[in-house]
Formats: sequence, C-alpha cells, structure tokens
Amino acid sequence: MLFLLAVLIGVLYGSAVYLLLRRNIFKLVLGLIFLGHATNLLIFVAGGLTSGFPAFLRGIAGETEHMSDPLPQALILTAIVIGLGVTAFALVLVYRFYQVTKTVDLDELADNE
Amino acid sequence: MTMNLIVPILLPLVAMVILIFTRKWLFFQQNFSLLASVALTLVSLMLLLDVYGNGIMSLQMGSWPAPYGITLVSDTLSAIMLLTTSFVSIVVMIYSPGFIDKERQTAGYYPLVFGLLMGVNGAFITGDIFNMYVWYEVMLTSSFVLIAIGGSAEQLRGSVKYVTISFVASIFFVAAIGIIYGQAGTLNMADLSYRMRTWNDMPYINSALMLFFIAFSIKSALFPFFFWLPASYHTPPVAVTALFAGTLTKVGIYTMIRFYSLFVINDVEFWKVFLLVIAGLTMSIGVMMAASQFDIRKILSFHIISQVGYMVMGLAIFTVNSVAAAIYFTVHNMLSKTNTFLAGGLVYQRSGSYDLKHLGGLYKAMPFMALLFFIPAMSLAGIPPLPGFFGKFFLIKGGFESGDYVITAVAILVGLFTLFSMIKIWNEAYWKKAPDGMPTNGRISRRAVVATTLLAAAVIALGVFAGPVMEISHTAAMEITNPQIYINTVLGK
Repeated sequence: MLFLLAVLIGVLYGSAVYLLLRRNIFKLVLGLIFLGHATNLLIFVAGGLTSGFPAFLRGIAGETEHMSDPLPQALILTAIVIGLGVTAFALVLVYRFYQVTKTVDLDELADNE
Repeated sequence: MTMNLIVPILLPLVAMVILIFTRKWLFFQQNFSLLASVALTLVSLMLLLDVYGNGIMSLQMGSWPAPYGITLVSDTLSAIMLLTTSFVSIVVMIYSPGFIDKERQTAGYYPLVFGLLMGVNGAFITGDIFNMYVWYEVMLTSSFVLIAIGGSAEQLRGSVKYVTISFVASIFFVAAIGIIYGQAGTLNMADLSYRMRTWNDMPYINSALMLFFIAFSIKSALFPFFFWLPASYHTPPVAVTALFAGTLTKVGIYTMIRFYSLFVINDVEFWKVFLLVIAGLTMSIGVMMAASQFDIRKILSFHIISQVGYMVMGLAIFTVNSVAAAIYFTVHNMLSKTNTFLAGGLVYQRSGSYDLKHLGGLYKAMPFMALLFFIPAMSLAGIPPLPGFFGKFFLIKGGFESGDYVITAVAILVGLFTLFSMIKIWNEAYWKKAPDGMPTNGRISRRAVVATTLLAAAVIALGVFAGPVMEISHTAAMEITNPQIYINTVLGK
C-alpha cells in the first residue's frame, strides 16, 4: 500500500510539473490542482499508514495503540478546503484572462514592452 | 494580559466582516477602515510595550495545553512587526481614497485589505507551523484578489503569474509540514524545536528545512526565486503595491528569522554559508537589474529584492548584533519602501506616467512632493541621518565583528549601486527638463499627500530615534538568538 501510494504521489507530481510547463493556461490550472492533490497524499502517507483502525475511539482504555493518527487527516481536510478556494479563484481568473485577451497562450503573459 | 494576543487577529476579522456588508457605502468604508487601522496600531503598540516590559507572552487557544492545541506567542520581534505593519496600514488607508478609483474601492478593496492584515498578523503571532500555513493562505488569498481587482489586462497578466507562483510556494510549505510531522509527531514550533535538539537524523531534517526555505524564499523574493515579483507587483494601483511591499514580502523574512532561530540547531555552518551566498546574490542581482529599468515601479520592485538580501545577511551571521541590525533594517525597509512607492504614485497623479523616459522637471512642478520622494530614497541608499544608514551601518559592523568580510564588502558595494539607481529616478523624473507634451497639471489628491508626508515623517523619526529603536531590536535579537526562552514560555517549563 505504501509503495503504491508513493508511486501515485510521484506520478501526480510529475504530471503536475508537466502541466505547469505547458503553454495552455487551462493546463496550468490543472497542474495546480494536481500539485495540491499530490501534496495532500504526501501528508497522508508521511503521517504514517495504519490500515483497519478508526481515527477516533470512544474512550476505551488501552485502545489507543489501535487507532490511526487523526491529525494528518485534519490537516489534509484543511488543505483540501484551501486548495478548493484557490482553484476556484484561479479558474475565474483564467476565464477573465481569456475574455480580456482572447487567448489561452501563456506566452501572451510576457510584458509587451 | 495574555488575552490581548488574540486582538491583532480578531480586530481585522471583525472590521472585514463589517466592511463586506457595507461595501457600497464609500464614505463609511473609507473612514471606518482608517479608524480600524488606527485601533490596530494602538493595540499593537500596547502589545509591544507589554512584551518589551514583561517578556514573551503565550496564549493557548481553547485552553488546550501546549503541544496539543494551537498556541499564540508574541515575543518582541512579533510585536515590532505587528506595530510596523499596522502603521503602514494606517498610511495606506489615508492614501487609498485619494488614489484608487471608485469602482475598485466599492468592489471590496477595504474588506480585502483587512483580510490581508488578518493573515499577516496571524502569521506574526502564531506558534504552530500548520496554523502558520493557514495564515499564509488567508493573507495570500486576499492578496490574489487585491492584485486582480479591477481586472485590467495588465493586472490579469500579473495576477496569473502571482497566483501560480504563490500556490507553488504554499505547496512546498505544506509538503514540508507533512514531512516534518511524520517524523516528529508535533506541529507546535516550540515543541518541535525542543525535540529537534535530541534528534540527529540530519539528512531528514535538512531536506524538510530546505523545503521550508524554498517556500519562504519564494514569498520574500530571494535569489533565485524572485522573478515573479517585478513581473507582477507593478500591475495593481500603486497603493496596493505599497501595501504588498510593506507587509507581504516581510512576512517571509519574519518566518525565516523565526524558523532559523528555532530549527537550525545542528548544521549551523552549512546554513550560514548557504544563506550568506543567497543573500549576496540576492542583493547584487536585485540592484543591478534595478539599474537597467525605466519604470519607477519596476526599479522600486527590484529594490525590494536587493534590500531583502540585507535582512537575510543579518540573519545568516546570527550574532545578537547582526540580528538586531536585521530587525531594525526590516522596520526601516517596511516604512521607506512603502514611502517610495507612495511618492511614485504622486508622480503618476501629476504627470500620468511611471516611465522615466516620459517624465522630467517635476522638482519645479512640485518641490514638496519631490522632497517626499527624496527622504525615503536617500534612506534606502543609506545616507545619514536617515534610518537606512543606521541599518546598513549596524549590519556591516555585525559582519566585521564576526569576520564575514566577503558579504560585508558586497553589502557596501550594493549600497553604492542603490544610491546610483535612486539618483537615476531623481535625475530623470525630477531634475531633467520636462519632455515635450508631459502634462504637469494633474490633480494630486490631498489625502495622498498627507499620507506620504506622515510616512516620510515616520522615516525621519526612525532615524532620529535610532538609539531607542535599536535597543528594542536588541532585546528582540536576544530572544531570537536564545530560543530556549521562547520554548520555555510556550511549553510552560
């Protein structure tokens, strides 16, 4: 499981960087989304995988070693929400950019001087 | 009163909520936001006096004991940064109504400024790395909208770059947090620092620290991650740029000082050399790129980069004197830099351009406004008795004391180049004969002049009272160089 997730994270990071380097501005946003998800998974894996145990227990004595760490999950939840907000903003921004400049080519970003 | 610690976050939040719902009442927006930033400054001043008198304060949110809950901490450095930020916000709040057009003002400019201030203040007083990330996001999200508000083509171009690079920086930050949590099992900065003292897995720690370093050096525009700043900072109205220059980039520096103090424990030699090289390159490349520009805002943007190099130099040497100098320099820079941008805005109002090729004769057209540019420009160049001189003097003194001669020589040389490019703006915009067809009768808003004068007065005051301010910086530097005090206060040992 750990190995699989590690490969998945690597693939996500790789695709994200590839997309970020494309000239199409919509692919840039996709790249940002991938980057966010790769990092969320990274936190999840770095926090330690414990399969088959819940994150919260109802006060049973001596059961604490049979629970998975809830904190990385809470962190990811926060990161997902923030990522959603930023992605939504980025999409609107890109759409406005397209409306104003009538192009999706990132080379248009260069200063026209 | 440790409850005071929550006020610098709560006050901007309340102000923001009120301002969101009264968005269309322009008069109310302008005056209420000024009032709120004055209140914020008073609160920060009280906090500074309190911390300076009674030592580091910490507040455990929700009464969760130290390493488990979120801790708010204020030491002298945090309080100094809070005070300077809120003072800059007063000036910008006086300036904005006279500079930014009505559409932008009613489109949510004021609530966004307070969103930004809430994030900045939160980052200054949090004692928890993940909470720090959240405050960074609060601040960044507000700044995304601030930089794009108005939606001109130029702004949109700048925003796309700014949003992308900021998001990438945040990703580095949050990835580093995840990795460090996985090994240390704690997010509390004091607790983490305490554990790191007995933790010798250096490759692991250093790789996480390097991720942190990349995140913060993107945010504070260090070499080689600074290209986004001059590509985006000049696009929004100059009041927004001034606010960003005075607050946003300095949060990166603050975080770097805090993290260096707490987390760089074992591999000090490596980090010192590394940061000194980065500082030297940042200083010299920033100032050289500034020399080749012709847009006032771009020259000033490249200068932000060059000046940040000085702060990192003071941090890297890491003696009490050098850190104190870096802190004093940061305060000076927040004021002087904002001031030059605002003065640049006055030039724009008079003549409708930022381009030095289209400007000239402004000394004749507006002698007082020329003085308002001259003061911070000479301060940045390091002419006594202005604060820039004292900042550089103490930094260079610190460099000589610790025997880091190369970086000190670079710092002195860069000072010379800074003077050169400030004189370039002065010669081109103010002294040269006005080119044909340059309008010299643009209406300059009285509020903008008042704000710029207030800030110029503050710059002079910072130079005149360099002794007492330096003394406070010295206390802050003592706390930074002895992180044990910070750790003990937070963990209640």
